[in-house]
Amino acid sequence: MSAKNLNLKAALLSLLVLVLLIGVWHLATLSSAPNSSAAGMTPEQIEYAKMLGKDPTAGAAQKGSGFPTPAQMAATIARQLAHPFYDNGPNDKGIAIQLGWSLLRVGSGFLLACVVALPLGFLIGMSPLFRKALDPFIQVLKPISPLAWMPLALYTIKDSSASGIFVIFICSVWPMLLNTAFGVASVKREWLNVAATLEVRPMRKALRVILPAAAPTILTGMRISMGIAWLVIVAAEMLVGGTGIGYFLWNEWNNLSLTNVIFAILVIGVVGMALDLAFAAVQKKVSYVE
Amino acid sequence: MSRLPTLPAAYDADRPLLLRCACGADHAPGEHASAEALSNDKIEAALVKALFPQDGVRRRFLQAVGANTARAAIASLLPLGALQAMAQDKAPLEKKDLKIGFIPITCATPLIMAHPLGFYKQQGLNVDVVKTAGWALIRDKMLNKEYDATHFLSPMPLAISMGVGSNAVPMEVATIQNTNGQAITLANKHKDKRDPKNWKGFRFAVPFEFSMHNFLLRYYVAEHGLNPDTDIQIRVVPPAEMVANLRAGNIDGYLGPDPFNQRAVFEEVGFLHILTKDIWNGHPCCAFGTSAAFIQQNPNTFAALVRSVLTASAMAREPKNRELIAKVIAPAQYLNQPETVLTQVLTGRFADGLGNIRTVPDRADFDPIPWQSMAVWMLTQMKRWGYVKGEVDYKQIAEKVYLLTDAKKRMAELGQKPPEGAYPKFTIMGKVFDAAKAEEYTRSFTISKMAG
Repeated sequence: MSAKNLNLKAALLSLLVLVLLIGVWHLATLSSAPNSSAAGMTPEQIEYAKMLGKDPTAGAAQKGSGFPTPAQMAATIARQLAHPFYDNGPNDKGIAIQLGWSLLRVGSGFLLACVVALPLGFLIGMSPLFRKALDPFIQVLKPISPLAWMPLALYTIKDSSASGIFVIFICSVWPMLLNTAFGVASVKREWLNVAATLEVRPMRKALRVILPAAAPTILTGMRISMGIAWLVIVAAEMLVGGTGIGYFLWNEWNNLSLTNVIFAILVIGVVGMALDLAFAAVQKKVSYVE
Repeated sequence: MSRLPTLPAAYDADRPLLLRCACGADHAPGEHASAEALSNDKIEAALVKALFPQDGVRRRFLQAVGANTARAAIASLLPLGALQAMAQDKAPLEKKDLKIGFIPITCATPLIMAHPLGFYKQQGLNVDVVKTAGWALIRDKMLNKEYDATHFLSPMPLAISMGVGSNAVPMEVATIQNTNGQAITLANKHKDKRDPKNWKGFRFAVPFEFSMHNFLLRYYVAEHGLNPDTDIQIRVVPPAEMVANLRAGNIDGYLGPDPFNQRAVFEEVGFLHILTKDIWNGHPCCAFGTSAAFIQQNPNTFAALVRSVLTASAMAREPKNRELIAKVIAPAQYLNQPETVLTQVLTGRFADGLGNIRTVPDRADFDPIPWQSMAVWMLTQMKRWGYVKGEVDYKQIAEKVYLLTDAKKRMAELGQKPPEGAYPKFTIMGKVFDAAKAEEYTRSFTISKMAG
């Protein structure tokens, strides 16, 4: 079977699964035919029904069973994507603006983590002394949930937006640090020996020998970090509020609007996938065959 | 203040070419005084004029005793400082761009509606009302100075000022945002358990520890013989999650802010067991306030803010405006709720979840007066349930945090009629509360954490 043929088949199968999923969803949310006739109801009963968001005089019920149907979902997606940049003041912004804020926070926290984790990782990877000395700290700090830092960050940094960035930083730093250290430590002995024989200076050795050799491992760490950062930003923004895709999700949750919540979930998934693919592409660039 | 010579003065035939002040510059000697001193002088001049309407008499009096003695004598008779402060309110605003936090519930109605209806603009303020994810965050953002003023739960400023549940930072309550407006909502499966005596083991939710919700729920169950600390569970749950938790069967009920009581009915997961109006008619719920430091640094801005909110409160009190208000605060930027739910809450004609339509026009009201006896009541409950320990100087704290005099003054400025007195008595579930006997009241409860 040629590769092209396989791809085509896989795509068709994916499509089939999607159609099946939507079909099941549609069947599951089919409303159980609400008796929508106003006949036989007293005016008071009609008013009561209206107060519950169901207008018996208007034919079909306006309010579904709660969980949206695929059709309602599609309408919401279309409506949200039609105006991605609207801005109705600080509490109501379009999805693209919210995403922009989230990406900005993730980007700044992630860059900050790179600045700290890469040099430190090199240091730990190249010096067994530092590895042993810093290991207990890393082991204790690594398993702490990023959101556990949030109250402490709010209290000490005294700025909610900076606290969000700090939380991204603190959760991105560990995978990057450990992978860098691991990558640097496991550069082949022979290559280092060659460098030593040629009397390459330390800086040159780090940049020309170790960095290219460890690059795939380092990028794997960065990719994992980015994945975690994207996971965390949504939770952090739900907690802190203000702007961002997490805030959008919280705001719609506050409204108990499941359609918009599902929409936000889909957006988060798609953007997360895009970020991951971007890192995969970079990773491909630096990987080598021995 | 820049003082450019106006054209008519410059071309005044009688005006000397140079106005030779003693300092040598080209301006009249009186113009050295600052704007503030000028406005003080004006008040004093007006007072002296009022005391001695006849020029001759006034001149002779001032010549006889000297200006300074006269000033001292008049100051001892009249609260000149207060009058000057009032005049300064009209002076320029120290800060025009403000951020005010709010939690998206109907309790914040005056604070929110003042934005779309332009009441802040009217006072020369450029305000952003910022939706906030929770009460703890409101507290933190006030302590961080990210917000200039905020929507508070009315016991919160007391707690923060005393350093209970946070470090102590003096906070002030300028107005009460809303009175009544809460309810106890129970899950549909408890329709036959309307007697609180059957609630043993129930799990309830309230939005925050230092809230009227918590104190009223505790009071209510305790009056029915249940100990809120041992017989039931009370958890802190954000309002929106109350409805979802009720649906999931995770909690049996909650004393929460509207619209989430009505929303539970709308979602057909719960019913309104009792309105908090029936526990204490006219009880306060949320408040509008800021830090003492902000008021000190920006007295004029603060006065303008309070006037905006009071204007909104006065409008919100009128039943005929309630439908319009529901429409105004429903959009995503503010409460983000179905309009029919808000209309039911605000007009007081609502579905109760048991199949009845009820009409209770004062289900939610917006009486803005921050009575200090309300604060004293909250302190008695904080002491009763062990949130504060030891001696509590009820009145001193209440007077420091609840700016009653200030609120009355602002109301008078707006032409509204402020009520008399400072410590009215309240009746809560048939029991009269008198702030003068606070300690006695605190000790009078059989169910309490202070027993023993």
